Amino acid sequence: MYNMITAKNLHKSFGSLQVLKGINVTIKEKEVVCVIGPSGSGKSTFLRCLNALEEVTSGEVIIDGKNLTDCKIDINAVRSQVGMVFQHFNLFPHMTVLENVTLGPIKVKGMTKAEAEKIAIPILEKVGLSDKAKVYPDSLSGGQKQRVAIARSLAMNPKVMLFDEPTSALDPELVDDVLKVMKDLAKEGMTMVVVTHEMGFAREVGDRVLFMDEGIIMEEGTPKEIFENPQNPRTQGFLSKVL
Amino acid sequence: MLGDEGFFMIDAILNSYYIQCLPFLFKGLVWTLIITIGGLILGFILGALAGMGRLSKNRIIRAICTVYVEVVRGTPILAQVLFIYYGLTEDVIGMNIDKITASIIAISFNAGAYIAEIVRGAIKSIEKGQHEAGRSIGLSQRQTMRYIIWPQAFKRMIPPLGNQFIISLKDTSLFSVIAVGELLYMGQQFYNLNFAPFQTLIMVCIIYLCITIPTSLYLRRLERRLDV
Repeated sequence: MYNMITAKNLHKSFGSLQVLKGINVTIKEKEVVCVIGPSGSGKSTFLRCLNALEEVTSGEVIIDGKNLTDCKIDINAVRSQVGMVFQHFNLFPHMTVLENVTLGPIKVKGMTKAEAEKIAIPILEKVGLSDKAKVYPDSLSGGQKQRVAIARSLAMNPKVMLFDEPTSALDPELVDDVLKVMKDLAKEGMTMVVVTHEMGFAREVGDRVLFMDEGIIMEEGTPKEIFENPQNPRTQGFLSKVL
Repeated sequence: MLGDEGFFMIDAILNSYYIQCLPFLFKGLVWTLIITIGGLILGFILGALAGMGRLSKNRIIRAICTVYVEVVRGTPILAQVLFIYYGLTEDVIGMNIDKITASIIAISFNAGAYIAEIVRGAIKSIEKGQHEAGRSIGLSQRQTMRYIIWPQAFKRMIPPLGNQFIISLKDTSLFSVIAVGELLYMGQQFYNLNFAPFQTLIMVCIIYLCITIPTSLYLRRLERRLDV
């Protein structure tokens, strides 16, 4: 199948601190890849390099055939095809739910308000929040906010969705609603990269699991391989703590 | 029914300097307001540019804006006013500046520096995640500033901008030194003619307070409503 994401020898430093020390990975179209690992291992930084929220220090990131490290590339156009969901939702508090979701289609894709709403409403239905279209994010629960954030990304009709610990800031009883939306997306064939602490989700939905530590991918494999028979002692140590 | 004494009292009040100075003072108030509002509108534009300049990635832009802010904050406004009116003469800048223009320039130049700090602080106070969320749906840097950051930052600027309005309004009284016909200057003219500084200056201050107190009450209400 088609290679949607390729990272080649990806390095990233913040000053003298080396966070990513050579990441090589290829992610195919419709694949769901979960990234696990201890905090500080560079998982989030890796994810943020995939839509150029972090500028890479060296190496290459190629998304859908477009090299993000090429300075001639229209980075806004690439980003509009890569959805990103953040740990802390980052909804726009001065806009209603519907305005949050339609902003991208209107300003980036140049749609009219009516056209954008025609896209947004079915997406809000899909995440189970069509009744909240006219309210402001302040009045939503964490789980609802995160589903709006997912809808906001989906409204751009992205080719890839990146999730940065999407359930880590949620109360435990709200996690399932968000995971269910993500599962549905995976079933529909969305290419997804998910940084997560939800091992259950990784095991059930992931096609592949990457275990990161100290800025490199220590081990990768199918969920079955990683969770039931990890080879690397680091992976074994990490899993014994979280499972 | 008022007796003769009552009529005499009303007459005395109406003929007192407290009342007689008012037409004079109101003329001054008009100029005070024109200079304050004109100066603040220009000052806001200047401040918005300088404030964003101080957050720029470009080191030269940042340096220019920092120097501007520090020079204005570090020198007395009276010196700034005198410099703009007397220092920038025809042989220096090739044209004459009239008093009102000089006053509006002085207020906008001065308030601009303080507003730059207000703008910078408000923009910086918006979480980084807002910017990232904007960029990640494909908005450009400019669009992100316009649709995401500014609307939220502007709300947080309103209370300190109101404060700056009160400060600048009082600062206009300094233009009496270059004989601009603003409120305090008109008061001085009146008491020099009538030898009534006590009554006149009381009325001058009351007129300032009639503007500043309602403004600050309104701001406090607004602050509560905006919840900032």
